[in-house]
Amino acid sequence: MRRLLAIGLAALAPLALARTAQAQDTTKAYEGVRVGINYTPGARPGLVVIPGAGLDSVRAIVRRDLDYSDRFEMIAIGDPAGGTTAGPVNYGLYKALGAEFAVELVDEGGKVTARLHDIGRSVLANQQSAALPPPTDANFRLAVHVLSDEITRWATGTPGIAATRILFVQSGRVWQMDSDGFGARALTPDGQTSLSPAWAPDGRRMAFTKLVQGRGGVFLQTLATGEVSELPGTETALNITPMFAPDGQHVVYARSDEKGTDIYVATPGNRSPQRLTAGKFADNLSPTYSPDGRRIAFVSTRAGPPQLYVMGADGTEQELFAPFDFGVTGPSYAPEWSPDGSSVVFHREVSGTPQIFVLTVAGRKLRQITSTGRNEDATWAPDGRHLCFVSDRTGARQLWVIDAETGRNRQLSTPGWARLPAWSRRLAGAAVAPNP
Amino acid sequence: MRPSSILTLLAAATLVAACGKKPAPEQPAPQPAPPPREAPPPPPPAKNDDAERMAREAAARVAALRTELGDMIHFDFDKADVRASDQGILDRKAAILGANAAVRLRISGHCDERGSDEYNLALGNRRGASAKRYLTGKGVDEGRLDVVSYGKERPLDPGHSEDAWAKNRRDEFELTAGGDNLLAPK
Repeated sequence: MRRLLAIGLAALAPLALARTAQAQDTTKAYEGVRVGINYTPGARPGLVVIPGAGLDSVRAIVRRDLDYSDRFEMIAIGDPAGGTTAGPVNYGLYKALGAEFAVELVDEGGKVTARLHDIGRSVLANQQSAALPPPTDANFRLAVHVLSDEITRWATGTPGIAATRILFVQSGRVWQMDSDGFGARALTPDGQTSLSPAWAPDGRRMAFTKLVQGRGGVFLQTLATGEVSELPGTETALNITPMFAPDGQHVVYARSDEKGTDIYVATPGNRSPQRLTAGKFADNLSPTYSPDGRRIAFVSTRAGPPQLYVMGADGTEQELFAPFDFGVTGPSYAPEWSPDGSSVVFHREVSGTPQIFVLTVAGRKLRQITSTGRNEDATWAPDGRHLCFVSDRTGARQLWVIDAETGRNRQLSTPGWARLPAWSRRLAGAAVAPNP
Repeated sequence: MRPSSILTLLAAATLVAACGKKPAPEQPAPQPAPPPREAPPPPPPAKNDDAERMAREAAARVAALRTELGDMIHFDFDKADVRASDQGILDRKAAILGANAAVRLRISGHCDERGSDEYNLALGNRRGASAKRYLTGKGVDEGRLDVVSYGKERPLDPGHSEDAWAKNRRDEFELTAGGDNLLAPK
């Protein structure tokens, strides 16, 4: 049966691919670089979340999380008559609907049991019980997201990205929200200009720049307590674009003074940051570490327009990173190294409009990810395939998420005009921030 | 400049100097300090009008100098070089700074909306620094000039046209000290 289905799909493939191409964000060729996404419809397993009584909010969150993982074909089924699915799972029914997996959520009095059924084999594949905080608790959503990611891991071997948060800037404040766009809350006070939030690898702290009358220090904030301290060495001049090293200790940032903008690294316990670039009236900024901590990609104007360069973490061996044609290629900004180290996302202007690109580190190949509207300041999800970025495709500058493998994208609902997103690593049991 | 305006200028400068909080060094300090305000007889009405007119003109002159110190300069897209056409604006500031040693300026670089938020902070800094280098090249002490950058955080014109962008790519100059009794450069 499965083989027959596969043959049927193959016959339909040209049609299906043509339809997918419209849905994709990536349709534009770029400088001879192959652009496209190898996405075969039907390759993703069908999944159904079994309706049931109670647990409405948990079920809604899990269903959305699994959908947003972009690893399943979500199959919608209506609530059963009587609102209950008590009794054994009807494998035959879900098989007929095309599901390979069914997720069952059972309220067991203070605990929730999640079960993943393998419909093809008609067996219970995995299950886990979790004590969830009450829905009014600030940790409730994250606890449900952790459960969702575990279900994704059971089904695909790789955990999902639901139990993550995104920092962003809106009206001068740093905000955080869950990766599904819900639960937004401000982390810095009103009336300030904070920019460029960056996560510490453990998800417990962030770094950001606070602008005060045209100058700015780098500040470190512990999310659980709201405690803020200024990074030593950034009390004077303008210090921007902080980023943690993978060790969570070193912080690399750019410092603007009258000789230009240069990249510095602050070492814990050492009050004098070390300068890594020698600007000579050029700008070097937006540093981002490779996940092994050995290299730093950054933006430099050393050749004129801002472009992507790379250097050793000690500042040696500086070289051009993303290829460009002088006078032809648009300026490039805001690199972020992918969690697996294989690529770097950044934005580059194409005919004056910024678009998201991914640079493959091995081979230095470029792939354009977006082409609709202005798209800027992308940040990687921990799965290395989803990106959050700023887009004005619907008018206002809002945060969007794109799955770089399928091209599927969605808007996150933020409180307003949003920018400079930063996606966390997976946050298992991360503490919740108090109100500023 | 017409002779009459030079006279006015001189008069204004004298008045400004006379009104200054510190006595001019060449004037010997009156030792017993008689009450100065009450000693002279009330001036005739015509003279009083002259003094008022001179004070008004002095105030206008100071205001004009302050305006000149605050005159913005503008930049080409993604550039931080002082335009040849804007050098006169900076030359004039250098002259005023030369005549008024107490004056300090904060130079803030600004950008149009193109380019990333973060890059524009660096570019704005470069624009501020470039004006500072020009002024120190004209003999202004570097300690009197602060450079800051607002990137594209504070556009003058919120529009999205070439016109708006051209207005927004600028250095602003703010008097942070010594602006009360400005003397015109010689």
